[in-house]
Amino acid sequence: MTENAAVEVQKASRVYGAGSSAVRALDEVSLTIRRGEFFTLLGPSGCGKTTLLRLIAGFETPTTGQILIDGKDVSQTPPNQRRVNTVFQSYALFPHLTVSQNIGFGLEMLGRPRAQIKDAVARMLALVKMEKMADRRPQMLSGGQQQRVALARALAPEPEVLLLDEPLSALDLKLRKEMQLELKRLQTETGITFVFVTHDQEEALTMSDRIGVMSAGNLLQVGAPREIYNRPVNRFVADFIGETNFLTATIRNGIPRLSNGEAVQAKGPARLDGKTVTLAVRPEQVRIDPEGPIHATIAQTVYFGTDTHCHLRLADGTELVARLQSPPSGDIGLKAGEKVRIGFVPGAVQMLEG
Amino acid sequence: MARRDFSVSALPGFGTIAVIAFVLLYAPIVTMVIYSFNDSESVALWGGFSTRWYAAAWENTQVQEATIRSLIIAVSAALIATTVATMAALGTTRRGKFKGQTIIYIMINQPLMVPEIVTAVALLIFFAAIKVATGIQGLGYLILAHSAFCVPFAYLPIRARLEGMDMTLETAAADLYASPWQTFRRITLPLLAPGIAAGAMLSFVISLDDVIITEFVKSAGQDTLPTYMLGQLRRAVTPEVNAISTALLVLTVLLLTAFFLLTRRRG
Amino acid sequence: MARSSPARTGWLLSTPALILLFIGALGPLAIVVVYAFLEPGEYSGVVWNFSTEAWFRVFFERDIFDDTVSMADAHLTIFWRSVKLSLLTTFITFVIGFPTAWFIATRPPTQRAIWLFLITIPFWTNLLIRTFAIMEVVRNQGLLNSFLMWTGVIGRPLQILYTDTAVLIGMAYVYLPLMVLPLFAAIDRFDFKLIEAGYDLYASRTKVLRRVILPIVRPGIVAGSILVFVPSLGAYVTPRILGGGKNMMIGNFIELQFGQGRNWPLGAALSLILLLIVLVALIAYVRVTSNDGGRDGQT
Repeated sequence: MTENAAVEVQKASRVYGAGSSAVRALDEVSLTIRRGEFFTLLGPSGCGKTTLLRLIAGFETPTTGQILIDGKDVSQTPPNQRRVNTVFQSYALFPHLTVSQNIGFGLEMLGRPRAQIKDAVARMLALVKMEKMADRRPQMLSGGQQQRVALARALAPEPEVLLLDEPLSALDLKLRKEMQLELKRLQTETGITFVFVTHDQEEALTMSDRIGVMSAGNLLQVGAPREIYNRPVNRFVADFIGETNFLTATIRNGIPRLSNGEAVQAKGPARLDGKTVTLAVRPEQVRIDPEGPIHATIAQTVYFGTDTHCHLRLADGTELVARLQSPPSGDIGLKAGEKVRIGFVPGAVQMLEG
Repeated sequence: MARRDFSVSALPGFGTIAVIAFVLLYAPIVTMVIYSFNDSESVALWGGFSTRWYAAAWENTQVQEATIRSLIIAVSAALIATTVATMAALGTTRRGKFKGQTIIYIMINQPLMVPEIVTAVALLIFFAAIKVATGIQGLGYLILAHSAFCVPFAYLPIRARLEGMDMTLETAAADLYASPWQTFRRITLPLLAPGIAAGAMLSFVISLDDVIITEFVKSAGQDTLPTYMLGQLRRAVTPEVNAISTALLVLTVLLLTAFFLLTRRRG
Repeated sequence: MARSSPARTGWLLSTPALILLFIGALGPLAIVVVYAFLEPGEYSGVVWNFSTEAWFRVFFERDIFDDTVSMADAHLTIFWRSVKLSLLTTFITFVIGFPTAWFIATRPPTQRAIWLFLITIPFWTNLLIRTFAIMEVVRNQGLLNSFLMWTGVIGRPLQILYTDTAVLIGMAYVYLPLMVLPLFAAIDRFDFKLIEAGYDLYASRTKVLRRVILPIVRPGIVAGSILVFVPSLGAYVTPRILGGGKNMMIGNFIELQFGQGRNWPLGAALSLILLLIVLVALIAYVRVTSNDGGRDGQT
């Protein structure tokens, strides 16, 4: 279909079990992953993202639908015949082989000549900066080092697509940040298509060219990080990506109004007149503004260092969080119980149907 | 078309070999059980269903005496082995490595490593010397020998249970003003009970099954059930021996089931 | 508060077990060493004279008439048969036992316990009973001959009982669970993600078996082999029942020295040789397993 598609998923479903106990882990998902992009499947655990990854890898077969890699239907092709490699969540490094032997394993299985394998291994060791550990066994390496070896091993056969199944989840925060940059660098340097699975929205936002948000076996939205963050298609996406305040409003004459009639600075399409909608607004886009159109009461302020989170209660009882930059003194000068007026940054309010 | 997953764990032919292995494992045992109910004198021909061989074995005074002897030895050996093994397990588990621990460990497991025939020969020589020197006869020799080789079988499940136990429970008891002895009586021992029961049961089965050491150590007229059965063997297995074997098999399966249930119910 | 050291309490609590084992197993072994260097008594027992004759007799025999020395062929045949049958038993139990252990380990958890239980029953069933059972199978009118004649492979019953083949079938039968259980333990601990990784990296099924599975479960293979080889080598009951009087193994030959043969020192020397072979196998086992996961094997 698409000229530069690395992976095409066509109406793929995956059902576990049968009869009344059957579980639909993936429900007619269609998706095109472009060649050379860093694509992330994002969603909470059990949303079907790992299942989709395993369908692409070939460890599972779609119950219905097709998986195409490089334009060829591989739905029934065993994993050892797909030009796709995986970085496993647990790394799955062979404990009886050295780092070098691990990295060379794939090429060896492909029957490449010794000299070529040796070259490739040396190149990969340099790429992930593990030259000094070449003769170690995996169990003698730290988590971060094992991660690098797993990456090198999967990259060595130069696959069409590299699949990464939550590879950073076992690392501590600092190392995880480091590896995020490292992964991005490797992807750019090698030009290989990366399909990355994670439940960490921050990880997804910082690394990806495009993100696919999944929930309950469905693909809800596909788009660039900014698009997903700023234009979520529904409440789930808005809630899952970043923090979001939700307000219920009714559109009157193109303007959404809260239940007490206060107007929100946003435009609603005329066709929705009289309808009830959900408004989503990010905490950093809520302003304490004496001129603001909405009355609120401060419930609590929580100091976070650079930011102070201000919990607000509206007249109708809705709770809202405003993320304000802390002043140099550290005290934003607002007390619980204080009555204030708030407003939203122009254009920041998202209108979600239902 | 039905689509099948690529099975990661499948290896060609393995399932078939495994099923054949189970059939081969059970066919002889099942045949033996069936033929123990054979009415015919000959073990080769089927002469109809009968429990006459069980009756014959039951009324055979030699079988009765051998059974009682086997039970006395097995119960005594299980009691002795379990007692000393429990103490040793408490001494060698959960107190941090200490010097000589490996030596204790090797000594306790020694009966598992030395071929039984070698131990049998050693005991024959040793006990013969004692008998000549002191003139003491009796079942004591057999009980002593059985207790010794049962120790590792009692020790292993108790140790496994101890290692799986949460140490903080005892710390908590001590924190709640229990003396070391009270802690042991009220906390450690009840938690350890399934392991001890399992160890005792294994020891009992091992002692009941023993042939080689008993064959070498026993004096005349001290046959246990297995050595009696071995002695009965001339050209072929008699239907009576089949009946005794089946009875022993049933006993083993019952004990084993109990053992499984005991070890499974672990915290 | 004064605290007893773990070492003191440890030794104190272990003392009864150690005393029992010393009297009932370990101590007598030392006496065997002594007896192996004495002269045989006329009917049984020993004469307290130092002698290495027993060790000499293990390998050589002296002609009664002209004192010429020749190799003790009968002894060597027994040794060779024991080693050969034990190695074959180990091999056969591995070939059958590995797929069986794999099969059990790859069942769903609820089924697995049942299959495991089915392996454990023969494991704990009296060896004598199992040998009786297999004897019924291999004898002339037994299950095996009936089956072979029914399929038309043979026209009349084969004499299997009282041959080396019968001993081999019997030992493989009685020791199979000893191979399956450690293999199962090793496979059960095996991380199946590694197989996925193997397939992901283009390995075929046989390559995955040879390059990933077998090397990683090697400690289990070694453990199973030792557990089968050691009792096979010292087997007494199975060769006695299935081999008849002629097809002796070391165990039966040792017994003979304490019964009809009446040469206690020779029996003691033979026991020690058997013990030595077993110890060598155990040490090899410890070295192989402790090496595993250590430093690079192909420096």
